[in-house]
Order: sequence, then structure tokens, then C-alpha cells
Amino acid sequence: MPPSIAIRFQNVRHQYGERTALVDFSLDVAAQEIFALLGPNGSGKTTLFRLLSTLIPIQQGSIEILGDRLPENLQQVRSKIGVVFQSPSLDKQLSVLENLQCQGELYGLHGKPLLTRINELLVQFGLADRQRERVDKLSGGLRRRVEIAKGLLHRPSLLILDEPSTGLDPLARAEMWNYLEQIRASEGTTVILTTHLLEEADKADRIAILHRGSLVALGTANELRATVAGDSIVIQTQDAIALAAAIQQRFNLAAEVIGRTVRLEQADGHRYVPQLIEAFPNQIDSITVGKPTLEDVFIDRTGDRFVSETIAAL
Amino acid sequence: MSTDFPATPDVAKHLAASPVNPWRAAWALTRREWIRFIRQRNRVVGSLGQPLIFWLLFGAGLGPSFRLPGATDGLSYREYFFPGTLVLILLFTAIFATISIIEDRREGFLQSVLVAPVPRWSMVLGKILGGTLIALAAAVIFLLLGLTTDIPLGVGSFLAAIAFLFFIGLGLTALGFCIAWRMSSTQGFHAVMSLFLMPMWLLSGSFFPPGDNWIGWIVRLNPLTYGVAGLRRILYSEGTEAARQAALPVDLPGAWMSGVVSIIFVVAMLILAWRVAAVRTAGDLQ
Repeated sequence: MPPSIAIRFQNVRHQYGERTALVDFSLDVAAQEIFALLGPNGSGKTTLFRLLSTLIPIQQGSIEILGDRLPENLQQVRSKIGVVFQSPSLDKQLSVLENLQCQGELYGLHGKPLLTRINELLVQFGLADRQRERVDKLSGGLRRRVEIAKGLLHRPSLLILDEPSTGLDPLARAEMWNYLEQIRASEGTTVILTTHLLEEADKADRIAILHRGSLVALGTANELRATVAGDSIVIQTQDAIALAAAIQQRFNLAAEVIGRTVRLEQADGHRYVPQLIEAFPNQIDSITVGKPTLEDVFIDRTGDRFVSETIAAL
Repeated sequence: MSTDFPATPDVAKHLAASPVNPWRAAWALTRREWIRFIRQRNRVVGSLGQPLIFWLLFGAGLGPSFRLPGATDGLSYREYFFPGTLVLILLFTAIFATISIIEDRREGFLQSVLVAPVPRWSMVLGKILGGTLIALAAAVIFLLLGLTTDIPLGVGSFLAAIAFLFFIGLGLTALGFCIAWRMSSTQGFHAVMSLFLMPMWLLSGSFFPPGDNWIGWIVRLNPLTYGVAGLRRILYSEGTEAARQAALPVDLPGAWMSGVVSIIFVVAMLILAWRVAAVRTAGDLQ
């Protein structure tokens, strides 16, 4: 594995009973990248997070993290990664300081070096004046800051975050991204995160889009958008199948049907809008034209809409 | 808020130099148990309060009608019931300490321990040791009440009792850990408490001396009986022979027997707790 690769997934396969969560998944993540695993619920991203964070054992295939392979070198991998869970992992009865102290001891830090490191993080994350407060007294945004600080305590080379902006308001979200950028810049930390939010993935250097346990697209947000030709025209209608057929017949354009919407990809999309409305005045409820989004990329690659496929995110 | 991230080479060096010491990690988790216990006042009161009330009420209520089989001198029920109450305090406190593993899992704290570079046994030990020390503290406070009875407590027997209580506490906390580890709710644990743990305590010679009937056999097969017997013997170890004869039931298991069975029980429970927690499955995520 070249040193510039931080994570290498090789033919990773995972099953929960009968259900296949990951199908021969392979992917390289470069060192010092901020990388997003994007997908709706049930796409396999949570399984990837659990495998990467060593929460569940690998069934098939291998994951190499900074030169150490899972499943063989479990403890080495664990000391190199920092994990930030989606659900809180702080002890609410303990203060911020006590939580960080306990975490430090679990990673082999103690005494003065531990306190120095904790103080450093408390200052960086603007928590210095709240360190004696119990976690259950903190707001959601502050708790998330403590969670990230906790994950960074032992200076991991790789930070893994599961849906990091869940429950955060836009300001706290922006702040969190700010921290991730800073950590990467100052410590050279590689960051990988899972998300189901398109606008969040947009901020990452590269994005892997997952669908039903497979990788369907990989690249920067711009690269991915460029793969969708022209503009995206989205029409809301009562009978999408009939409308799509009619458009195909009349304009000779390929139209996709997703639920009650018809979607077209066309260069100079705006020129088609008046023509379409004139041609089908009573069938179109609304029509929008836009530059392709990551959602269009997802639809383009999968033919599915980007919504939760299953309720339980196994 | 500062935006720069200065490097601290001493921390980096420290990290590179020292692998995680699993004993230290266990001790950190033990300390956490303590902090949590002290912050939850009702737990402090609950673990001591109920056994204390049992002791006082049963002592007063059953006292007049109690007579130790085969004994000539009148041993008060309050005194007979004393070692059993100590074990009950251990049981209650140890069990409630291990229930917290269910909360740790539900509230998410456990997940970060599970991905830390420490062996599982270190986590198990931290939890069990934490619970045991809490249980021991409660038991020692009650042990001091023994001075108000006719139990011939001396410095030696007092210290020996503490050591033995610690040991039994380890076994009971480990037992609680095994039960709680895979449980998803505390309600389930309460069922186990009333259908298994309380009868185990009731049938350990704590509450009544066993007779020659079928109940007696259950008592003799219960490993906790030997813990209570060992404790009873230690409490009277500094008294006169006459006092011992008056206080110890004639068929009480001997010191050796009590010690050996207790050691087997505690070691078996610790190994079982370690084995139960060592399996990494998707169930860890409940």
C-alpha cells in the first residue's frame, strides 16, 4: 500500500443474517483527505463505519488502515483511529474533564501529558470554561464538540465520524466543518465521515456514493456533477409514466420516471421549459430547471430517488 | 476560540512510547463507577437503606420466636441475621452497579470503550472492580453496626471480614455482569433479581438456618451458602468457644469448606464474565 493511501477497502462483504449490507466493496481513501461516504439509509455506509471503527468484525475481505490490516492487527488499528459516534458516547454524569480523562486512560495517556493534551483540546474547542460542567448540562452543539475532542485526544492519524451533523443547527454544523479542516491542516489527519445529507457531502474533498451495499460513484463533487449531462429538468405531475412516454414521443428525449416526477437531462434545459409547458399544459404541476446536484448524480447512477430505503439503518 | 493547533511533541512521544496498560485502563473505568455512584444519591441510600430496614424489622419481628436449632443459649435473631444482611447489601449494591452496563450500552458510553485499544478483560475488570468497591463501602458501613450487637468483633476479625466481603463482592458483581451483559433493558434485570437473585440469597442460610428437609438440600447446593458461612465464622473468630457454639448453627459448613467453595464460585464467575464479554458480535450494538 503506498504511503499516500490512508484506507484501503478490498472486496469487503458483509451480511446481517440473510440481508447483504455490503457487496464486494473496494475503495482507496488518500491520506489527509476529507472523505464522505454518502448514501441513504440502508445503503451500507453505517456498516462501513462499524467495520472501520472496529465495532464489528470483518466477515469477508480486508481493510487496511495506515499500513495495518483488519482483522489481523486490531489493536494497532484501534490506537491509530479516533472514532466519533452518531449517538452520544459521553458519560452524561461526568464532567467534560472527567470524560476526557477516562478516554485518555483508555488510550494509554495519563498524568501530566494527558492533562496537557486535554487542556490543549479544551482551548481549541472553546470548552475551557465549561470543563467542570457535567455533560448533561451542555447543549447539543457543545456535546458534539466534546465528542470530537474525545476522538482526537490520542492524536489519531485517522478520524472516523458517523453522521457527524445529526442534531446540529446550521451554525454548529459550519463550526464542526471548520474544526475538521483545521485538524487536517495542522495535524495531517485523514477524515472519513458517513452522511445522508447531500449538502454535507458537498463539503468533502471526495465523495463515494453508496447504493444497496455497492459503490456507485466516486470523485469530487464537481467531477460527479460533471458526469450528469447538461441541466436537470424536473417535472411534477399526476401521471408520470404517461407524461414521460408523451415527452419521448414528441421531443425524442429520454425521460426518467421516479414516483410522481419526470426527470430529463438536457443541455440548455431552460429552452425546453416553455416548449414542454405549451405541449402539455394540463399535465404539468410544476417544472424546475437546475444545474445537476449530487442528488441528480445519485438518480443518474441508480435510477432510484435519494430517500431512505429502509427504516432500520442496520 | 483559538484556531491554531500547536503540536505538543511530548504527548506524541508519550503515545508512541507506551502501549496502553490494561490495568490502568481498568482502574480508570473503576474510578468512573465511583464518581457515578457518588453523584447518584438515591443509589447510595438505596443500597444501604433496604437491607438496614430488613435487619431492624425482621430482627424485631422474628426475634421473640427465633431459636437456633440445637443451641441452648438464646442467640438473638438480629445477630443471626447480621452476616446475611451484610451479604444482602453486597448483593444489592453489586447488582445495581452492574445494571449500569445496560445504561452504558443504551446511552452509548460503552461503544467508545469497545473500540478503544484495550483488551475486553480490562473493561470487564474495571466494571466489576468498580461495583465491588462500591458494594464493599456500603457493607463496611453496616459492619460497623455490628458493634452494637453481641458479635465479638476485634480488629483482626473486622479486617478479615472486610477482605472476605471484598472477595464475595467480586463474585456477586461478576454474576451480575454476566446477567446484565446481554440484556437490553433494566426491567428484565428486575425479573432476574426477584426470581433468581433474591431466592439465592434467601436460601443461603442468611435468613434462616437450613433444616433437614428439601429446602436444606437446596441451601447446601447454593454456593452463596458457603460465602455466608465463611463470613459468619470470621465474625465469631475472636470470641470465646462458648460464644461460638451459641452463635454458629451445628451444621454450618466448616471454614475450609466455605473458603474452597467460595474461591471456586468467585473464580468461576470472573472467568464467565470475561468469556461472556469476550465475544464480539453485532449484539454489542444494541
